[in-house]
Amino acid sequence: MENLKVVGQSVPRIDGLEKVMGSAQYVDDIEFGPGLLYACVVESPFAHAEILSVNTAKAAQVKGVVKVVTGRDFPDKFGLYMKDRHVFATDRVRFVGEQVAAVIAWDQKTALRAARLVEVKYKELPAVLDPVKAIDQQCCLLHPGLGDYTCVPWFFPKKKTNVAHCRKTRKGNLEKGFAEADVILEDTYRVPRYAHCAIEPHAIAGLYDNAGRLTLWSASQSPFTQRNVFAEALSSLGLTHKDVRVITPYVGGGFGGKAGVSMEIMCAAVATAVKGHPVKLMWNRAQEFYNTYQRQGVVAKIKMGVRKDGTITALEHLLFWDAGAYVEYGANVVNAAGLSASGPYKIDNLKIDSHCIYTNLPPGGPYRGFGYSEFGFGLESHIDRVARKLKMDPLEFRRKNAISAGDILPYGAPMNDNGLRECMDKAAKAIRWGHEEKPSAPNKAIGKSIVLLWKAPAMPPNASSSAFLKFNEDGSLNLLVSGMEIGQGLLTVMAQIASEVLSVPVAKIRVETPDTDRNPYEWQTVGSHVTWSCGNAVKRAALDARRQIFELVQRVHSIDASELYLENECVKCHTKPDMAIALRSFVIDGMQAKDHTFKGGPIMGRGVFLPEFASAIGDPETGQGGKPNVHYTTGAGGVIVEVDKETGKVKILKAVLAVDAGKAINPDLCRGQITGGLLQGLATVLYEDMRFSDKGKLLNPSFSDYKIPTALDEPAEVVPILVEVAQPDGPYGARGVGEHTMIPAASMVANAVFNATGARIKSMPVTAEKIALAINQPEVFAKLFY
Amino acid sequence: MKTEITFRLNGIERSLFVEPNDVLIDVLRTRLGIKSPKIGCDQGDCGTCTVFFNGKTVRSCLVLAIEADGGEIVTLEGLSENGPTPLQRAFADRNAFQCGFCAPGIILSATELLQKNPEPDRHEIQEAIAGNLCRCTGYTPVIDVIAEVAAKKTAGKNRKSR
Repeated sequence: MENLKVVGQSVPRIDGLEKVMGSAQYVDDIEFGPGLLYACVVESPFAHAEILSVNTAKAAQVKGVVKVVTGRDFPDKFGLYMKDRHVFATDRVRFVGEQVAAVIAWDQKTALRAARLVEVKYKELPAVLDPVKAIDQQCCLLHPGLGDYTCVPWFFPKKKTNVAHCRKTRKGNLEKGFAEADVILEDTYRVPRYAHCAIEPHAIAGLYDNAGRLTLWSASQSPFTQRNVFAEALSSLGLTHKDVRVITPYVGGGFGGKAGVSMEIMCAAVATAVKGHPVKLMWNRAQEFYNTYQRQGVVAKIKMGVRKDGTITALEHLLFWDAGAYVEYGANVVNAAGLSASGPYKIDNLKIDSHCIYTNLPPGGPYRGFGYSEFGFGLESHIDRVARKLKMDPLEFRRKNAISAGDILPYGAPMNDNGLRECMDKAAKAIRWGHEEKPSAPNKAIGKSIVLLWKAPAMPPNASSSAFLKFNEDGSLNLLVSGMEIGQGLLTVMAQIASEVLSVPVAKIRVETPDTDRNPYEWQTVGSHVTWSCGNAVKRAALDARRQIFELVQRVHSIDASELYLENECVKCHTKPDMAIALRSFVIDGMQAKDHTFKGGPIMGRGVFLPEFASAIGDPETGQGGKPNVHYTTGAGGVIVEVDKETGKVKILKAVLAVDAGKAINPDLCRGQITGGLLQGLATVLYEDMRFSDKGKLLNPSFSDYKIPTALDEPAEVVPILVEVAQPDGPYGARGVGEHTMIPAASMVANAVFNATGARIKSMPVTAEKIALAINQPEVFAKLFY
Repeated sequence: MKTEITFRLNGIERSLFVEPNDVLIDVLRTRLGIKSPKIGCDQGDCGTCTVFFNGKTVRSCLVLAIEADGGEIVTLEGLSENGPTPLQRAFADRNAFQCGFCAPGIILSATELLQKNPEPDRHEIQEAIAGNLCRCTGYTPVIDVIAEVAAKKTAGKNRKSR
């Protein structure tokens, strides 16, 4: 391993001071002057209805209203992976809260008041809220046009059904596998919908200027993807990509909720209707809950066969996703789960069906974990139960079946190098696996669990990253990337990579959030892939700059480039110990030759990364043949809980997560991801849950009714553990860890609760109410929850 | 009917006309250029709009602008006029925050805590910032920094008094 100086160090974040001083600018902090307009949206009260008419006359007459737009003004469809959405509903609404029209006014209060005067006549249609019913009940189709929508070639929509996509994965011989089994366990697990709850609500401002350029200031994880979707959706106006500019200042939390394009499309469209004036659209907290992406619910039917010796002989995993009204992004969550719902286990006989099912609930979409948190609850609960049926230690059972490098993945490619076993060992040690703990009171019981996790970045096979790097007169650097700072620390980590190559201190490297006019391309900041992908681009840009520097020194001083190296912001030479040419002396103005002329000029590095080995195309019936995932990050989580057997209340005494970062470029920031992601995951299993009425209306769209953790809910002890088994094609061996921190949380609590009390909760969240009933009134529990 | 109000904002007297239903956070952000308090929920749940009002932290989304008449408002902009406070410095050095959106509110709540109670225990710290929601950090790094800064201050004092 190289002797690294900056990579691997927990340097302070380069955006830290801005953030603690309140100087960091988020979209709503930008001033747009007195010409600013505000947009307010008219929403559907029905989960499913035909739009008979929209009358905007009264609203348009309100003093201060500038314009009212409806679906008729923007006829084109849009979507990231499948074009199944309109900017505003045109002939049909498919969820409560769906946008039907927008009022644009000089101030927000007027826009809100006028929006109430837009008259929409609906004809209510039967609403489909349950994905399992939606798959049978083919009489009520949400999208009669399904099959005609444009989508990526790895989706398989079923015409005249509500199944927008089904990812099928087949490996080995399932029947033979079950025939070989000594024990077979079959059961169903349920996961409800969840909300991201970034503290900054979605916000976007747009200006379509009189010269025909459209600029958006967007709270987004995906500036270039937004530009692409906006330009396509508004192409009828004659807008090309170069005419659309997306600027993304700091984002107040993303977690997938600000990936792709959700409400932002409305602002982009509305801006084109009020040429010459900036217009702002901000979601309030309720809208943030019901009209952005939600984490999809899922019903998982799992059947697993095992031999007495603990070998898994077969797994059938059927996933029925409640994908919501539009699946333009969510279908890829379903797809990702369909490729990987074996979990990090070597299973020779495997069948996965992952169904993406339209329902009349808000659109599902990406949320930290991207399907793996959801299927992980059922799978890891099931694995614990199978192990206990065999009277085998659940950790031993996992160890026996855990996947190793080179083992064949569900879709036929080999598994990458990984530290899964080391993660398992370290997590087990940290929770004192096998060691009995004493509860604090007689009515309390202690339980422990260890679960495994894996996750691959879900992305198109040709998702690419790029970086520019330019020197300044004093030898400092501006590094331009479009990976997005969403709190994870991307800017700092990119600076560390450039610093490592060029010997310029991190404090002398400026990295800013992107602007699509000025920064080079990045697909999106999602899937825990930017440290790896954008990091590779940055490393290549830095190496490109270094090559230019060495070539210049070779040209001017006739020293072979192979003898040169960079140290302390100087070019040094292995064969001439006294030589030290300061970078600042030539990186802008060139290097002076013996004849007093100057050679070279400003040093600018360029780096591009695209995973050229990936392919999303496999056999539609088996999933075999492609290489849809670039690599998996693996890990193991464990928890010690204390459960009050009377009240069912769970206390997290210790939460541990060991994750294989490949190389932790900034260990402090990696640990920050673990600590934060774990609590976000624990919240989905202990507190959170989206509740809908039987008419499909979200009943708890506020922080009063949808409880996210406060500081008082901090687990008593959190132990983040970093394992480093290098990713050969990662920058310094790095791979992402951001999403992986949330994935194990739900199953590790469910399994620990079982371990403590014998109560097996098969539906999330695992609330005190369910636990207390399961222990003390099992008949009532069975009636209410199964 | 517009009413003129006058109050001290970060040490400077400001006067302006407001509607009776204007909310303090909106007046601060859109009329007075104070951007560190953020809007996260607009109904008192999340604490991102926290400001000092007459020496106590309030959620400025729950305060009418006219209530501020004659009062004193301090925001993060006023707190750190002379550079970062020890608390801010420690938060930055220790990478305690991630997206940073909740940071202004949490820093004000933590500042108030340490003013009132220089030696808080962990539970008191948790309680003091329990009204400030953060979705990124899991709170532990934030609580750790507040505890460390408090311990350092106390240690300094103890040394002096000896």
